[in-house]
Amino acid sequence: MNGTAPKIRIRGLEKRFGGKEVLRGLDLDVPAGRSLVVIGGSGTGKSVLLKCILGILPADGGSIQVDGEEVVGANDATLNRIRLKFGMLFQGSALFDSLPVWENVAFGLLARRLANRRTAKEIAIRTLARVGLGPDVADLWPAELSGGMQKRVGLARAIATEPEILFFDEPTTGLDPITADVINELIRRSVRKLGATALSITHDMASVRKIADRVAMLYDGRIIWEGPVGAIDRSGNPYVDQFIHGRADGPIRVLQLAELDEAPGTAAG
Amino acid sequence: MNPLALVGRSALAACETVGHLALFALDAVLRGLRGPWYPRQIFRQMVEIGYFSLPVVGLTAIFTGMVLALQSYTGFSRFEAQNAIPTIVVLSMTRELGPVLAGLMVAGRVGAAMAAELGTMRVTEQIDALTTLATDPMRYLVFPRLLAAVLMLPLLVLVADVIGVLGGFLVSTLKLGFGPIEYINRTIDHLESEDVASGLVKAAVFGFIVALMGCYQGYHSRGGAQGVGAATTLAVVSASILILTADYMLTEIFFSR
Repeated sequence: MNGTAPKIRIRGLEKRFGGKEVLRGLDLDVPAGRSLVVIGGSGTGKSVLLKCILGILPADGGSIQVDGEEVVGANDATLNRIRLKFGMLFQGSALFDSLPVWENVAFGLLARRLANRRTAKEIAIRTLARVGLGPDVADLWPAELSGGMQKRVGLARAIATEPEILFFDEPTTGLDPITADVINELIRRSVRKLGATALSITHDMASVRKIADRVAMLYDGRIIWEGPVGAIDRSGNPYVDQFIHGRADGPIRVLQLAELDEAPGTAAG
Repeated sequence: MNPLALVGRSALAACETVGHLALFALDAVLRGLRGPWYPRQIFRQMVEIGYFSLPVVGLTAIFTGMVLALQSYTGFSRFEAQNAIPTIVVLSMTRELGPVLAGLMVAGRVGAAMAAELGTMRVTEQIDALTTLATDPMRYLVFPRLLAAVLMLPLLVLVADVIGVLGGFLVSTLKLGFGPIEYINRTIDHLESEDVASGLVKAAVFGFIVALMGCYQGYHSRGGAQGVGAATTLAVVSASILILTADYMLTEIFFSR
């Protein structure tokens, strides 16, 4: 940490769904201009964390500050003002089916009336070029694109308004390793070019090593380890070690393999 | 389980749903009226609801008018009251069958489509994406649909009224021996502006119901494809029941004097 105020400051964040506590007093700082990646298993609340920061899901307790401005309990006008700082790439790209590619990319510009339709289309085509897509893609519909192309269009939409903060939700899920690497490289370049603060969530370790400056691990509703990406292999944390090496055995108990072997009717190997 | 507790729980659940629905409608209307407005969205929905529903509403209306004339003739001829057929057809179409049948057909066509579209947008995170792009989904998605349905249903019903009367006219003149001029005169003589106006008010209310149920069910759908399917079914069923309920209440208000 460089001692300056963090871009996003989270303290004691709590979120419950019915009786299930997903986030249990989470603390996290996202430093300005850096790329922080939160790792953690499926269902540990990584996406919930992003949605709480954006105010899409209301937090049940704690504090989230973006540039010192409180998100928890903020009214619609404040939330909308804060959201203008963000761009987000969703796990499934979340492109609008009813709009052609260029309108998807230019949506933020048109919605905020930052450009007329003609200028917005020109900006969209330039932004598509930055993610390696030609102008011929601009007039296609999202359903006509492959998964990798949809991710690139989603990335173009996220960066088109040149936001201060970029969120990436599982950016490489469902992609082959080569396309995943292309997306990681594009994310890295985009964040660097914009000088943006990036917060990503993933369980793809190749992605972590490529796009992260710092890494935090979410487990049991809290951040249990945080450090520079270079230190992740010598974290000394058994949970982190198990996760980054993808081992079934360890302190993180997803499936009780020993119990499965002993279950009635299960043939011993 | 205690049957009384079961009844109580069902009643509370019903009250909760009605409350959620009322708050959803109020929120959508108040936010929508405050703007910003999205004219492209409103226009797109007006075309979708009005123009593309014309064939189904028109076909329903013409056959309804034809059947009405035929049925009235077979029934009324027993009392030598065939002359009332033009009046029966026009009053039934304008006051009752035009708005109710158009409402039900649009509920099946448009309400289902709205629930499916918004439901898919919900489960694929497109609604969340709208929010992150600082666009209020209630203003961008829900209000244009409500407004377009309220504006277009009365126009559809007006067309349905004319086509329904035409259906009755065709059967009466070609099959039942009415003279064309005589039929038209009898139609106009007993038609009052209140008959048409009441049907148009009903249509606007039915339009609001169809769009509200489509948007509400789609907006709150959960659980992937199955959730979207359930939302679509619920949108059509609940809109149809509410249309018939509202029809009785509006008829009471307009004609119970």
